[in-house]
Amino acid sequence: MFDARPQHNDQHREYLHHRVAQFRQQVQRRLDGSLTEEEFRPLRLKNGVYLQLHAYMLRVAIPYGTLNPDQMRMLAHVADTWDRGYGHFTTRTNIQYHWPKLVDIPDALEALASVGIHSIQTSGNTIRNINADAFAGAAADEIEDPRPWAELLRRWSTDHAEFQFLPRKFKISVSAGKQDRSAVSAYDIGLRIVEQDGERGFQVWIGGGLGRTPILGQVVREFLPQADLLPYIEAILSTYNLTGRRDNKWKARIKITVMERGLDAMRADIEEEFVRRRAEFSGFDQEILAGLRAEFAAPEFRDAPTEAYEAARAANPGFRSWTDTNLHEHRIPGYASATVTLKAPGVTPGDATSAQMRLIADLAERFGHGDIRINHDQNIVLPHLRKADLPEIYAALREAGLATANAGKISDIISCPGMDYCTLATARSIPIAKDIAAHFRARGLEDDIGEMKIRISGCINACGHHHLGHIGILGLDRAGVENYQITLGGDGYEIPTLGQRAGAGFPADEVVPAIDRVMDAYLELREGPDERFIDTYRRLGVAPFKAALYPANA
Amino acid sequence: MSKGFTPSPATPGVITANDLRMGHCVWMRDDSWTADPSQAELYEDQAIAELALLNAISQAGTVVGPYLVEARRGADGRPEPTHFREEFRRTGPTNYTDDQQAEFEASHV
Repeated sequence: MFDARPQHNDQHREYLHHRVAQFRQQVQRRLDGSLTEEEFRPLRLKNGVYLQLHAYMLRVAIPYGTLNPDQMRMLAHVADTWDRGYGHFTTRTNIQYHWPKLVDIPDALEALASVGIHSIQTSGNTIRNINADAFAGAAADEIEDPRPWAELLRRWSTDHAEFQFLPRKFKISVSAGKQDRSAVSAYDIGLRIVEQDGERGFQVWIGGGLGRTPILGQVVREFLPQADLLPYIEAILSTYNLTGRRDNKWKARIKITVMERGLDAMRADIEEEFVRRRAEFSGFDQEILAGLRAEFAAPEFRDAPTEAYEAARAANPGFRSWTDTNLHEHRIPGYASATVTLKAPGVTPGDATSAQMRLIADLAERFGHGDIRINHDQNIVLPHLRKADLPEIYAALREAGLATANAGKISDIISCPGMDYCTLATARSIPIAKDIAAHFRARGLEDDIGEMKIRISGCINACGHHHLGHIGILGLDRAGVENYQITLGGDGYEIPTLGQRAGAGFPADEVVPAIDRVMDAYLELREGPDERFIDTYRRLGVAPFKAALYPANA
Repeated sequence: MSKGFTPSPATPGVITANDLRMGHCVWMRDDSWTADPSQAELYEDQAIAELALLNAISQAGTVVGPYLVEARRGADGRPEPTHFREEFRRTGPTNYTDDQQAEFEASHV
């Protein structure tokens, strides 16, 4: 079987087991009083263990969103054994368990380590989980599979001694399609694989980030030869490590460093450091990369006739709707990538039960070359499916409540856990997402509205990426009452844009009617069904939608 | 450690934290902790509340992050939260139904 994530060598396992043993000892020392909470907290955070509103939370990294079936089954096993039978997939392609007991977490980590998964650097001021396009290796518009590069970055950044105490957390994303699907402008470093004069390289973005000070990244290097990636990234990190602010947590991200120092000054320091760093690289990274490319070689695609698929589409409207909405064009004719949304009516965005995880693992093994992805939208992707197999896959998904035809639609909402779980939250997110989804389903408008990205965050830290939503919703505490600010026109992919705040916030029970008025305005104003909301917004600006949101002021 | 208020008969408070080993929410009563918020001690005197909080902080082998937070005396005399955050800590996440919560609870041994 094709192993989608080649991290299962003995050395890697030994390292993970060693780290778990270390953490087990740290937990024991906390429990017997040898460590205070102040001493223990940074140690547990280094292992992805937070204390949330009702319980501990364990965040486990899914590097560049890629899992094989055994790993997915292990995520299910952890959910059943040490949690409450489900897990929550996040925008940064981690899984979060919301109910583990501290005393059980070492056992859960040991189990995860047996399949090469861990929670190292899922918290703290380090380089976090590396993100990449969920359609990597499959998308028709892809220049090159970004996963070998993402894996190279993962190996390089894991336990990198120089970058364990950065001024603040640091996030890297790699995109390889002609269309950016990894929101590179919203990351501390965003990498786009590009071609120039027949040579492949990276367009390097720095200084993007959301949170309380949302800033879009800027291109610091238009074209970086591929072989120079690690020394150049090291030069960026080293420059940031030395010049990033440490006096104020809220001004410590590289986006503030770039803003305060200016892109040109940062670039000059990075380029100077790059010369030094490059001299230190002997080429070992390129040797590792060559091995990774071999390990990430494409599966053996078969001849894939599509007659049965077309017949099923003709016979089954539900299947046709799902294939119209949830499939993405594959580079091999007769194949498709399918998005399995975790956004069925009434469910919490991003939550999957252990049974659903196991089903996905089985389907990937049986039909999908053993390859599973988690995407930025808190959904699951099966990247390599023969269209001929899709009717059977669809039937199995439907049985498990996983065949909702809504990828990219108004009910495919990104939502952080919000105050239902998170100790930082100022309001709930999940009920708002569920109410919006239910409302537009009831009105039967979802297909008519078409592409619509709603993003909800329960506080200004913006884990729900609300600034990048076509409609963004930010939950706040206003004098002891949940209140929601709405932003319009954000986009993280095509034309990176931060949403514009529309005006005063809304009480929780007025959010759905407010979104409803915006959608009615859009349906009235658009030039035709092919003009998406974001297109109408770009054509007309914020004014007509603001008028819809606040009719009394119009 | 107190969340922006001074305990008094008009604005009483409770002390709450998370259980160190298990993580669940707990409330202080006398010298110990209960998972039932209705059993929490209601402090109406600032000095007594601050002493109790010092006592709570000293119990670092049992709880994590104790703090004093405003509450009110309910119709039955028992403490009730005044802020929605504390209400969610009392009742659990609102994104699953009571039945689902009970099912999860039962499976969480």
